[in-house]
Amino acid sequence: MSAWRVAWLIARKDLRVERRSRVVTNQVVPFAGVTMVIFAFALDSDAVLQRVAPGLVWLATMFSLLVLVQRSFAIETDDGALDAMRVAGVDARAIFLGKAIALAAELVALELILLFAAVILYGQSIAAGSVVLLVTTLVAATCGLAAVGTLYGGLAAGFRGRETLLPLLTLPAVAPVLIGATRAVEAALGTAGAVVSDGWPWVGLLTVFAVAFGVGGSLAFGPLIDE
Amino acid sequence: MSAAEPASSSPVIVLDEVVAVLGRFPALAGASLTVDKGEIVLLQGPNGAGKTTLLRLCAGLLPVERGVGTVLGFDLATQRESVRPHVGLLGHQNGLYLDLTVRDNVRFWGGTVGATTAEIDAAMARMGVADRLADVTTRTLSAGQRRRTSLACLVARRSQVWLLDEPHAGLDASGRDELDATLRSAAAAGATILVASHELERAGSLASRTLDVVAGQVDAHRPPGASR
Repeated sequence: MSAWRVAWLIARKDLRVERRSRVVTNQVVPFAGVTMVIFAFALDSDAVLQRVAPGLVWLATMFSLLVLVQRSFAIETDDGALDAMRVAGVDARAIFLGKAIALAAELVALELILLFAAVILYGQSIAAGSVVLLVTTLVAATCGLAAVGTLYGGLAAGFRGRETLLPLLTLPAVAPVLIGATRAVEAALGTAGAVVSDGWPWVGLLTVFAVAFGVGGSLAFGPLIDE
Repeated sequence: MSAAEPASSSPVIVLDEVVAVLGRFPALAGASLTVDKGEIVLLQGPNGAGKTTLLRLCAGLLPVERGVGTVLGFDLATQRESVRPHVGLLGHQNGLYLDLTVRDNVRFWGGTVGATTAEIDAAMARMGVADRLADVTTRTLSAGQRRRTSLACLVARRSQVWLLDEPHAGLDASGRDELDATLRSAAAAGATILVASHELERAGSLASRTLDVVAGQVDAHRPPGASR
């Protein structure tokens, strides 16, 4: 079996687990939604909310990412499945890619919901001319977040106290995504006078980040989960 | 010969004066044993004697520091990665996805080696989880049923060598009977099974041979009081 086929198998398995357990739909999506509402209560000003809406969307995404990653590796450690994959000689690159693909699929769904929430709660509007930038930003940022989340999720999975270790490792690492994605979405939404062309350099940063963590993660994941 | 091809096919496990180290502690100190195809061999010994280390070494998870060891003809010193796809190591956990059904689990593990639907169905039938249990969520199964599901995954993965660490732990009497019947049938079908257990009466009646593991070495079993 090629690593790609095994990766696809693992991604489908993860998505099937989520479809059966409904943890993402019943817990993570409401958590992200509540976070957006709480931001609105805390800032309590339409002008401020409109100015900071892109950043709030990505902050809510980051917090939700932590929950998704915890969940993604909890299903592997509940009954020793991650160890079993290692013992069975399943290619570690395939495990990394498979879990990152499933995580990315869940993140994309979540980001679309959060963008919709920003339009409703924060009064944002999306112009037709900015859709390409917005979609490209979502794809590049999601790939980066999924790669970082999978890498550090796998690392933390082997440690006692992983629930607290994961945010400590992940949040600093995804700071460049938070900055780049926020600036790119500001450009797409025209926040504070930004124009679409301002966003593309940030998309470049997000792409470099995603490629670096995707390649680095797939190479490092095996030694990280090995004893 | 490619690195992924075994050098020979029989006997299945051969260890000759093997030394394996955990940290700086020699967990196996010159262990020697030979296991033929279709045998069920019981490893017995006190805690810390090296039983689990021996199983993990045979699974290709630990390096051989000294001596010679082969499993299915793969050299445990140079072909450890190649050994892993051919062996199944079952410890205290079952390696199952608890939110998936029995069929989903067996299909997933079989899928990692490209098993066909027919092979997956056959594995489930062989372990007695094909009919009413097939579409049951694993989380709701009893301990014995989970063990059988896990063994079905080993079969679907085409594991030729089964390394079982305390397989009876946590099972009630009927679960133990089910497991013993399953292992006998697997051995009859050609699987080679190495069992580490403290439950000597139960595992001893299952095994074709018993070996004592003491202080990192392996000896033919001698009953208590027998002279060496």
